[in-house]
Amino acid sequence: MGQETNTREYKKYKKESQVREIWRRFRKSRVAMIGLILLACIILVAIFADVITPYERAIEQHGADRFTPPCGQYLFGTDHLGRDMFARIVHGSRYSLLIGISTSLLSLVIGGLIGAFCGYYGGAFDNLVMRLMDVLMSVPPVLLSLAVVAALGADLKNLLVAMTISCVPGTVRLVRSVVISVADQDYIEAAHSYGGGDWRIILKYVLPNAMGPIIVSTTMNISAMILSAAGLSFIGMGVQPPAPEWGSLLNESRAHMFEAPYLLYVPGICILLTALGFNLVGDGLRDALDPKLKD
Amino acid sequence: MEKEKFLEVRNLKVVYQTDAATVHAVNHISFSLARGETLGLVGETGAGKTTTALSILRLLPERTARIQEGEILFEGNSLLPLSEAEMRKIRGEKISMIFQDPMTALNPVIPVGRQIAESLILHNEQGLSRDAIEELVEKSLEMVGIPASRKGEYPHQFSGGMKQRVVIAIALACNPDLLIADEPTTALDVTIQAQVLRMMKDLRERLGTAMIMITHDLGIVAQICDYVGVMYAGEIVEYGRMEDIFDAPRHHPYTLGLFGSIPDLESDARRLTPIEGLTPDPSNLPSGCKFSPRCPQCRDVCRQKAPDIWQNGQHRIACHLYSGKEAQT
Amino acid sequence: MTRYVLKRLLLTIPVLLGTIFLVFTIMSLTPGDPGTLILGATAKAEDIAKLNAEFGYDQPFFARFFNYVGDIVLHFDFGESYRTRAPVFDEILARFPNTLRLALLSMVISSAIGTFLGIYSAVKQYSFVDSFMTVMAMVFACMPGFWLGLMLMLLFAVRLQWLPVSGLENWQSYILPVVTSVLSGAAGTLRLTRSTMLETIRQDYIRTARAKGASERTVIWRHAFKNALLPVITSWGMGFGASLGGTIIIETVFAIPGLGTLIVTAIRQKDVPTVLACTLFLSVMFCLIMLVVDILYAFIDPRVKAKMK
Repeated sequence: MGQETNTREYKKYKKESQVREIWRRFRKSRVAMIGLILLACIILVAIFADVITPYERAIEQHGADRFTPPCGQYLFGTDHLGRDMFARIVHGSRYSLLIGISTSLLSLVIGGLIGAFCGYYGGAFDNLVMRLMDVLMSVPPVLLSLAVVAALGADLKNLLVAMTISCVPGTVRLVRSVVISVADQDYIEAAHSYGGGDWRIILKYVLPNAMGPIIVSTTMNISAMILSAAGLSFIGMGVQPPAPEWGSLLNESRAHMFEAPYLLYVPGICILLTALGFNLVGDGLRDALDPKLKD
Repeated sequence: MEKEKFLEVRNLKVVYQTDAATVHAVNHISFSLARGETLGLVGETGAGKTTTALSILRLLPERTARIQEGEILFEGNSLLPLSEAEMRKIRGEKISMIFQDPMTALNPVIPVGRQIAESLILHNEQGLSRDAIEELVEKSLEMVGIPASRKGEYPHQFSGGMKQRVVIAIALACNPDLLIADEPTTALDVTIQAQVLRMMKDLRERLGTAMIMITHDLGIVAQICDYVGVMYAGEIVEYGRMEDIFDAPRHHPYTLGLFGSIPDLESDARRLTPIEGLTPDPSNLPSGCKFSPRCPQCRDVCRQKAPDIWQNGQHRIACHLYSGKEAQT
Repeated sequence: MTRYVLKRLLLTIPVLLGTIFLVFTIMSLTPGDPGTLILGATAKAEDIAKLNAEFGYDQPFFARFFNYVGDIVLHFDFGESYRTRAPVFDEILARFPNTLRLALLSMVISSAIGTFLGIYSAVKQYSFVDSFMTVMAMVFACMPGFWLGLMLMLLFAVRLQWLPVSGLENWQSYILPVVTSVLSGAAGTLRLTRSTMLETIRQDYIRTARAKGASERTVIWRHAFKNALLPVITSWGMGFGASLGGTIIIETVFAIPGLGTLIVTAIRQKDVPTVLACTLFLSVMFCLIMLVVDILYAFIDPRVKAKMK
């Protein structure tokens, strides 16, 4: 009994010190910290969007103030309908983060389960799934999302579905290959010899040990998903107006790029910074998780 | 009589500088080697054996490693001040090296024959024709016991022992004067180990190459070496002729420990006595004698002061046990 | 080698069929039938039914699928557009070269630039050039391509008036779209090449080469490059996929008459056959490029070649 508590304590301790070690290495990279701060700011803006400025301001039309260049009252100016760009940008952050994070996590859960199953068991099922993934991957991701949106109709929900589908094959492949490499290790063999059940072994031993690359790729996926969501919204196949998603802001403003080019600058920079934040953090995590790669 | 010094390492000190710590990998070691002789460097992993070897070839990782002190003389010339270009002329041609792991030492996308030929082409001072080089490649493959017809094959088509033979063939292609073999048999099966060792011994006799054999296996030392240096924590704690190390009455306690951890067929296997403790962290070495924390015969003085060297002929031991004592005759 | 190519070609066929099936299935989820879509909900029921029969829409799903594949294979017939009632293939054929030219140009230029700069950056690790290029690559990889296109357009076409704003009339009009997609594409390739190259340089066989007395240039180009190239080649292929996707969006930015703009219009008009055919065309193109990439891979990596024999 006492032994067991001890082991548990030890494991907890080990896990904690591991996390601390990763954090120590992560903190050392200046670029990764910049990414983290960037992300923190954007996430804070998204959480407190209503505190910063009410949503009504993002959709309210001030006919008299159309195309006002940036000024004290309208920090980022107003668009062709006289809407406050600052409020639209602030509330738009919610869409980008929501889409990026939810599609990546969703595809992580779906792709992770399928991939772990395939990698762990192999055999005919694995073969079938992998051929299916080959097919899914033979359609460029943006095109796949586009086809799904075309069939189901362009709105936020369908965009999420479409992008998750386009993201799953990559995750399945990654998780599968990681699981295969981990499942070959001796300690998995050992867990088997203690008589652990398959799912128990997958969840308790295989996945935790395969976590590093999976966390990194999920972070990177968020960045990629934000970019493609913006792209799809930009061509009118994603989030629909009047919702202030950054990509669709650009879509609306494009028609007026000659008279009001300032409308184009901020949304693009916001997309860039958000994608950059996730990417930098992902890079930092990769280096922190795998110190071999850095001298 | 002073032997002819073909390779001389004097007071070599190498550190690795990383963000976190300064690693003292090699601490003031000296040894010398005459033509045609074989020196064995023994010690546990992390004792600084490979670092010593890489220093001689000046192949230490550029950004982190630094040779802080010392001199390396090869055929009477100092190697350390040479330019990269001059050094390249020595590497492969005069001094060559066999690396530890044959599985990763060969380039996977180049046929083995081309990899052997590369050394010959790089050091082709006599202006050999392409055909002549091909002929030499075939010859060196056959010398290590691989049919010449396999020269067009890629590394993945060879077994581990065969790969090690290829690695050896590369190292010997230009008939180097000095061959550094870094644990050439560790990655191999015992039977293949014996084959490779026998082959290296043959080659040494035929070509008259001097050799530095890095290993942690005293059995290999007994088979092939003339001189032995026992390394611990970046220092040579005991040095001498093979007979000195195996037969003389006095030894460094670490050497005794090493012998104690070899299973011996003749004595009772149950009496295997491993050395207690672990090799010290090279970024945080103990003061005084570096072996003191693990030494069964440790005294107060050992923790305070680095030991002097006790010498008897060519047999040298760095240990307080013998300091001030007369050499036995 | 010929056998490998043939084998790989044969393996592509089921994937292509699978792709057709996948896209066909997705598109058949579109609500509504062609009759209603074309004639409108107010049309007479028998007219709608007649039109549906004409499109083969009265048949069950699998029958429609096999007819579709059969028509493609036997007659190169991709169906007819709901809007124009003309064969979809004609419209695609008119626009396909534009998209292909853009995507291929971008892929080739961005692969070449990205790979070269990636190697340079890795060889000069820790130098200023390396840090600079790493940062730039990071920024361009995270920059939405369409936005970059808009910015370039604002600067070079609107402000400076050096280049045409849109369309595809002369060679100058290729510059902005290609530069836009090259900047994003090269950034990705650069990052990958740099990291694989750094990893390769640390391998034991690189040390073996140095111990032979090989010069730094030989070590990099003869020993490291070929090994580092393997994952990079795959990224060229994936980069092509990305630049196809990017092209769809960039075509919209620069109003280029290609498959991208066609597909977007077709989606808005619910012109299912056109969307289906465009998607297939682009996917097939992607598959073929991946095929070429795989073959190239086998040429370089003897291990793959041996396995495929």
